[in-house]
Amino acid sequence: MAKVLLEMNSITKTFPGVKALDNVNLKVEEGEIHALVGENGAGKSTLMNVLSGIYPYGTYDGDIVYDGEVCRFHNIKDSEKKGIVIIHQELALVPYMTIGENMFLGNEQGSKWCIDWYKTYAEADKYLAMVGLTDSSKTLIKDIGTGKQQLVEIAKALAKNAKLLILDEPTSSLNETDSRALLDLMKKLQREENLTMIIISHKLNEVSYVADKITVVRDGSTIETLDAKTDDISETRIIKGMVGREITDRFPKRHDVEIGDVMMEVRDWTVYHPEFSERKVCDEVSINVRRGEVVGIYGLMGAGRTELAMSIFGRSYGIGISGDLILRGQKVTLKSPKQAIEAGLAYVTEDRKGNGLVLSNSILRNTTLANLKGVSKGSFIDPDKEYEVAEEYVKKLKTKTPSVEQLVGNLSGGNQQKVLLAKWMFANPDVLILDEPTRGIDVGAKYEIYCIINDLAKAGKSVVMISSELPEVIGMSDRIYIMNQAKIVGEMEASEATQEKIMACIVGVSGEADADGVGSEA
Amino acid sequence: MSGSSVLKFLRKYMMIIATVVVVFVFNIITNGKNLYPNSIDALISQNAYVFILGTGMLLCILTGGNIDLSVGSVVCLAGGVGAIMMRMMKGMPEVAWPVAVIAMLAMGLLVGLWHGYWIAYVKVPPFIATLVGMLAFRGLANIIMKGEAVEVDNRSFLNIFGGGSDCYVPDFLRFLSPNSSLNVTCFVIGIAIAVAYSVFTLINRSRLIKKGYKVDSLPVVIIKTILIDAVVVWFSYKLAGYRGIPTALIWIALVLGVFAYITTKTTLGRNLYAVGGNEKATRLSGIDTRKVMFSAYTLMGVLSGFASIVNIARLQGSTPTYGVGYEMDAIAACFIGGASAYGGTGSIGGVIIGAALMGIINQGMSLASTPVNYQKVVKGIVLIVAVLFDVIMQMKRKGAKKKTTGSSSAKKGGANV
Amino acid sequence: MNGFSMKNVMKKNVMTIALFAVYVLFVILAAAIKGTNMLDPSVVTSLIEQNAYVFILGAGMLMCMLTGGNIDLSVGSFVCFAGAVIGLFSVENKILNEWYGVWTTQIVDGKEERVLVTAAQPLSTPVVLLIVIGVGLAYGALLGFLIAYVRIPPWIATLAGYLAFRGLGTQVLTTASTTNAISNFPKPLLAIFSGKLFETGWGEMNIPCLILGIAGSAVVVFLSLKARATKVKKGYQADPMWFVILKCCLIVAIIMFLTVEFALDGGIPVVVLWILAVLIIYGIITEKTTIGRHFMTVGGNAEASRLSGINNKRIMFVAYLNMAILTVIASLVVTARTGAANAFAGQEFELDAIAACIVGGVSAYGGAGTIVGMVVGATLIGVINQGMSLVGVDQDWIKIVKGLVLLGAVVFDIMSKKGNKKQ
Repeated sequence: MAKVLLEMNSITKTFPGVKALDNVNLKVEEGEIHALVGENGAGKSTLMNVLSGIYPYGTYDGDIVYDGEVCRFHNIKDSEKKGIVIIHQELALVPYMTIGENMFLGNEQGSKWCIDWYKTYAEADKYLAMVGLTDSSKTLIKDIGTGKQQLVEIAKALAKNAKLLILDEPTSSLNETDSRALLDLMKKLQREENLTMIIISHKLNEVSYVADKITVVRDGSTIETLDAKTDDISETRIIKGMVGREITDRFPKRHDVEIGDVMMEVRDWTVYHPEFSERKVCDEVSINVRRGEVVGIYGLMGAGRTELAMSIFGRSYGIGISGDLILRGQKVTLKSPKQAIEAGLAYVTEDRKGNGLVLSNSILRNTTLANLKGVSKGSFIDPDKEYEVAEEYVKKLKTKTPSVEQLVGNLSGGNQQKVLLAKWMFANPDVLILDEPTRGIDVGAKYEIYCIINDLAKAGKSVVMISSELPEVIGMSDRIYIMNQAKIVGEMEASEATQEKIMACIVGVSGEADADGVGSEA
Repeated sequence: MSGSSVLKFLRKYMMIIATVVVVFVFNIITNGKNLYPNSIDALISQNAYVFILGTGMLLCILTGGNIDLSVGSVVCLAGGVGAIMMRMMKGMPEVAWPVAVIAMLAMGLLVGLWHGYWIAYVKVPPFIATLVGMLAFRGLANIIMKGEAVEVDNRSFLNIFGGGSDCYVPDFLRFLSPNSSLNVTCFVIGIAIAVAYSVFTLINRSRLIKKGYKVDSLPVVIIKTILIDAVVVWFSYKLAGYRGIPTALIWIALVLGVFAYITTKTTLGRNLYAVGGNEKATRLSGIDTRKVMFSAYTLMGVLSGFASIVNIARLQGSTPTYGVGYEMDAIAACFIGGASAYGGTGSIGGVIIGAALMGIINQGMSLASTPVNYQKVVKGIVLIVAVLFDVIMQMKRKGAKKKTTGSSSAKKGGANV
Repeated sequence: MNGFSMKNVMKKNVMTIALFAVYVLFVILAAAIKGTNMLDPSVVTSLIEQNAYVFILGAGMLMCMLTGGNIDLSVGSFVCFAGAVIGLFSVENKILNEWYGVWTTQIVDGKEERVLVTAAQPLSTPVVLLIVIGVGLAYGALLGFLIAYVRIPPWIATLAGYLAFRGLGTQVLTTASTTNAISNFPKPLLAIFSGKLFETGWGEMNIPCLILGIAGSAVVVFLSLKARATKVKKGYQADPMWFVILKCCLIVAIIMFLTVEFALDGGIPVVVLWILAVLIIYGIITEKTTIGRHFMTVGGNAEASRLSGINNKRIMFVAYLNMAILTVIASLVVTARTGAANAFAGQEFELDAIAACIVGGVSAYGGAGTIVGMVVGATLIGVINQGMSLVGVDQDWIKIVKGLVLLGAVVFDIMSKKGNKKQ
């Protein structure tokens, strides 16, 4: 029985209005790789932020016992002194600095008033060798790929004498080869340096590959901990823990919706990443959607769903796009969001704050943003009409707000989502692509959003719903596409779909990829 | 591969090459006048303030393209304070000047603290906070000077800080060669610096090799050292041909040296670059980014105070209109010297090149009797060309990759595959 | 769900209330300390005339700032340069003579000298206007191109303009004239941008002015009442009647106050018409048109704006093109008022325009701001300027106070936003 390195006892963390963590317990033994899995917003990252002092002591309840003593971290420096180092999903590297400078940022070699650069670079090279990176430590960060940057992050952590390393979605921006290399590196560090690691990941095949123990977090609580030695840690088993609930009638039924002709069809759609131009984010994807139909696209985060949607929507993402887009039976080329909107497409983004809404503007202005023409005569906006439209949608979608003049930034997530939907409904599209339409909103609001989706289908619109929530996809769709690693790996009628079947599609493919050997794709 | 390394070389040394070319062109146009010893001397004393203010401005720009519009006014204010103090203590000139110098630096420091507080802790956008300073401190300067010019005639002060006719390091090594037409001290010091630099470089190199660190190859080091030595010796020869080392040069060298050290060798320097390069990453590395911003503006204030010392010495007094447009000179020097308008890159070396290039062009044009007004036009054009060059180089680097403005979320998501 | 609260109204109009308070304060102080009547027609007229350029440039700066807190530092220098261009072509001068005059050579004291036989004919006013607007368009297009399409940071591109055009303007003026300034502009040019409409003598009541004022008031009242009536008819939430009437009364009072003042001072200054035209046009653009809305969204969330089918680059381009055109108009106004184009024209104009926007509540990060706010900001600074100098405070203290007002406005903005978030 190994020594327990870290114990987090009944951690509770509340944000205004939300209980992000509710009595969470986590126990990590020395020298193990411990995986933390859960859906988006389950509270994994919050927990790690508590641990690393980003949410300082006093802003949460419960205690952290590390290496036998109770710890009270007030900032990142405190936790780093103890050897707890976190690597964030968004890499914390400064692009115009060298690898060496980045590795010792905030941890400079030599004294405060005289940094010893030679020592810095020599030390840097030492740690780089440890993580198997052969580039010179004087290379600028911007000149190396994401895979190598991730390794630099790990080297940076090692340079801080990390004893407990937390990796938040470390492979989220890596391709298959780099991911596998990273996981093997983790195993090597565990073996050779006896390093303890906590990994947060959505990629369950990786979790099963690397983890000794797996803790499942759901809705702010820890559900269970699985041990690789004694328990079944197959992906299906993990997902069961993650999802945990059975499909009940959380989804309103659609009645009397007639499914018509094919409205939009995408054939052999291939898209490359804008920055790493050799990487495919969509690989010969073919899908179609009919009038009055709700088509679900299920896939884990990073399967290429958002990329597919945005590249269809006027090429607003990606480069080297090839393939055919057929609308109402006619082949079209859409080169900008403007053309896409005019052709009757709408893309309701998953990132409503970043890409969807102008938070500093009112509901009124956001509602009409994508279709100002609809409330204008010539280039003059008709304020009465605009007001009418905004009111109409507030009523129709039951948006809770004192007035349409309310700033969108002041609304709750669910109501913001409704404003975003209103904006695109008012643009009067024939095809709506909804990207994670219920992300981060509460159950009641979710139900209302589902009703809206049903109404859209009833009105003869075609809806493509992208989601990483299995029950939602099964409950809401007429037909489901399953996407994984940039490819469509399955298609089934909702009536015959089950969680197990869908997962089988995904697992099947990752299994294949494993069997294929790692190098082939690169 | 060779294409990209040529590009890299060009990128790195573009401005140095440009400076050499400009010097050469003006040398032809002005029949060599621009390399006369007195021209070189004037180049230094006239542009002393650009070097000093450019250094401070670089610190601000590094933190994310932030600028300080108030420096001109602050130079005027601190200069006014100093000039008045020296006038008040006319009876005891030897006490007066140190007191005045301290007062001017203190004035700069106060201004720096004031700006730093609003910008770093209240989060007032820098250009607004310093715009306020630009108005307010100009007004304050006028008030304390009562709208009049204040003369400075403290000999020691003028001699030490580069004003008047005797502001040169005395030729105390004259005895070595009493009949020489050169200023012996100046030339000897120049040679001494060159020798010291060479010896230091080589010793340091062998020390590092002993420790097993990686070093540049010997020929590269030797060529570099020889080039630098040649410039130093040539420069001291020219100055020696006039009246020796202007005291202003010593102060410029001091400021540039100290801040070159701070930006490259200290944690504060690192943090300035880091904040401008990726603010969030810096915060996540446990650095208090507010403190970094605060330091940048505080140091800018102190340097403005220092620039005012050199300024009133050269102009032998202070008037309420001094310093108008200085902020623009300082900003232009930084950008011409390759600082990024978005922060995170730039160096003291760049500031030196930028300030020198502008100074050389200005002087060359006036020696060629081009109207003064065209100097401003050329300054503007040089600025745009320098930035354009940078932008185009960056596009080239990205190569054939098409420019797309993919959304941040898509990048996040897209990166997952 | 009444939605109307006096508190909110007050909160929204803090700066306007401050403006009133400051104005009243200075009227009292000026009378008490110096015995000057700040309400004197000539004083009021000069307040407007002196600040005309701030209103015009402020409108352009507002459009730039809306796109994301971007500014234009070159406006002051370009005012100077445009003034020089106007002077160059509309008044006889050395450059023009050099280019188009008829010269002959004479022997004077044994030396050959060129002598001007016939001076060049200056161009007619319409042609001059066309030329200067063309120059503005060219500069604006270049600036817009560099900023929007080449992605040079706005303030670097405009800093270059700031340097270059001050130099060019000064050069033209010093070459063209021995006094470094061009004056004696043709009457028609001056009449378009300065002077009074239907001018009458001092102390007389100018009837056309009164009529215009009354008509203007009537239009305002009519539009406000009609807007409310429409809202009520359609069942929208409308402000209570008493409030609308109160608002109308206040606006009419301001209009009539200005009208009477102008009428007593010889008539409506022509420049007021220019100001009104610019403010109304840009008020309508920002509030009522689709392109105005696009400016706000680009500054509010560029990515959301792009995905909503807006061409962000074109908006940036238009912002700077527009700024250059307004700068030309400001230059015409300033040149006409002073009757001369000189090398110092336009100094620190960019700062005045930026300050007007910031004090008027335009966000330094873009996405929010109104013409009315900018007008209030510009007027507030103008009143402080004039009031303090009438009270006898000297220019230097005025600068300091101006700076502190600017800082106060920004800090107030930041604080109130923080407060909102906490709620």
